[in-house]
Amino acid sequence: MTTTVEPQAPHTAAEQFAIREQSPLQRIQHILHSHPSISPLLVLVISVIAFTIINPRFIQPATIGIILQQVSVIAALAIGQTLVILTAGIDLSVGAIAILSSLLMANLAAKNGVPGPLALLIGVAAGLLAGAINGALVTRLRLPPFIVTLGTLSIFTAIALLYSGGQQVGRRQLAPSLLWAGTPIFIGPLRITTGVIIVALMAVVVAFILSQSSWGRHVYAVGDDAEASRLVGIRVDRVLFSVYALAGLIYGITGWVQIGRSGTASPNAIVDANLDSITAVVIGGTSLFGGRGSIVGTILGALIVGVFRIGLSLAGVDDQWRLFATGVLVILAVSIDQWIRKVKA
Amino acid sequence: MTNIPESSELTEEEKGTVGLGNPPVLADPSETVLSGRGLIKTFGRVVGLDGVDIDLFPGEVLSVIGDNGAGKSTLIKALTGALMPDYGQVYLDGNEVHFKTPQDARGSGIETVYQTLAVAPALDISANMFLGRERRRSGPLGSVLRMLDKKGMKEAAGTSMANLGIATVQNMGQAVETLSGGQRQAVAVARAATFASKFVVLDEPTAALGVKETGQVLNLIQQIKEKGLPVILISHNMPNVFEVSDRIHIARLGGCAGVITPKSHTPTEAVAIMTGATTLQKG
Repeated sequence: MTTTVEPQAPHTAAEQFAIREQSPLQRIQHILHSHPSISPLLVLVISVIAFTIINPRFIQPATIGIILQQVSVIAALAIGQTLVILTAGIDLSVGAIAILSSLLMANLAAKNGVPGPLALLIGVAAGLLAGAINGALVTRLRLPPFIVTLGTLSIFTAIALLYSGGQQVGRRQLAPSLLWAGTPIFIGPLRITTGVIIVALMAVVVAFILSQSSWGRHVYAVGDDAEASRLVGIRVDRVLFSVYALAGLIYGITGWVQIGRSGTASPNAIVDANLDSITAVVIGGTSLFGGRGSIVGTILGALIVGVFRIGLSLAGVDDQWRLFATGVLVILAVSIDQWIRKVKA
Repeated sequence: MTNIPESSELTEEEKGTVGLGNPPVLADPSETVLSGRGLIKTFGRVVGLDGVDIDLFPGEVLSVIGDNGAGKSTLIKALTGALMPDYGQVYLDGNEVHFKTPQDARGSGIETVYQTLAVAPALDISANMFLGRERRRSGPLGSVLRMLDKKGMKEAAGTSMANLGIATVQNMGQAVETLSGGQRQAVAVARAATFASKFVVLDEPTAALGVKETGQVLNLIQQIKEKGLPVILISHNMPNVFEVSDRIHIARLGGCAGVITPKSHTPTEAVAIMTGATTLQKG
């Protein structure tokens, strides 16, 4: 029986090519490949510096507090959206679920006399249920996530409108526990709300689960290569279902944060939430093709959008330019993702 | 890659019957690692397996060869739970088993490596080695917070790779997509060798690989054998099969055309038996 012995010849041309000096650009590509959150972090730091130079008021605690409050709702939705996109899916029903949850908890408390905390619990549970319905449709009927959530976007919106009669629930009708997420908190000169803290906690918990648990690893594996995951014994459908359900729970909690933020529960709130959450995820470096990305990146992505909004308005620029800049950032972020993916050993 | 001559290239002497094959007396399943007896599998009117018997002995490399549609894959699937045979018995270490899913077979210590490079490219080597079988940290960090033992898994992955003589890959935190095809397959083979306690099945492991990378995988097969784990190798590649096998099971038309060894027969004869140009004399 012979054993194949590797010839110990000097390096072949290809091997010499493989160990060649890398150009600075290739080194950057490698660093970004192993640390995908670096590019959104750089964009954030550079834009903060730039806007501060344009208008020094930008760096004041009051401005930063406003940015954090403005960003909180989209950042929270983007946390759930990140989970779904990591599995190579997409969730168009994010805003619909958050509105459904917020209208349900507000109306239960205001019109049906349900105690505030119980109404809150029921509203959040409805978010979980809505997410579970998405998950069941994706895994049982094997429909593409885009189609499923496009359908449930309309369905959940319709249910929310039918249930609330299209009416908003005002501040004076709302139970204190439902408005709690709007309570101001002062950290030194920085004024934020309990809602910002809730979103930050959600981000920390989900980031921890994603990076430290086997479930988190399976989420990445399923998005990366579902067939390979199935072959090693991962129950792909179970992972997908749990991702959509957890995302729904996050949207439900976000519905509560949204009530605190605006002081009302309105069917017309966060209409742009779907695209804004996807924008934050993509700018944060998470790949729409699944398997790669992080919560840290998503939070950075949401902050970048918020920084541009306030920064441009403080710079005296027409608000439409913010939209323009966001579009440029999205295309740039996806181009960088495509470039990083081409990395070679 | 494949080296199968047309049957017309056979000389007159090679046609007809060639030397003695395995004695038709089957082994007692208690002496084998795995035995299949009288396995039948039909797909409608198509016969996949036509009463096949197969034995895998401790510490051997058994190759299964056969033309396309000869029933190699069906046989392996019936043995590893990917398909349920319509009829017949499968014995593992002498005890009859009924695998309903590949997970059942894996739970019994049977690991399969697929030709499709079944690894998740964006995950690193250690994550792929332990995918679906992650280890948790000891103490409350593992039991309460359910945290992964990343450091331990990296070390264990490094040890497994080193034990199999895979020296070209050093950094277990490297994403698999930065590896060559041969290195990726090495990760899959190392995973199988690490977790298998009964035997390893390699389904066309070199089909997607170049010549040099194929050599690396053949080396790995030898290493697994030296660890004492038997291997079932499914392959089209006669030189590879004759290089590493102890015995060769020739599948033909849903049945078994015979079991030969690299010493008793030549690759040309094996191809002749496989294609039906010649038949193996029975006992």
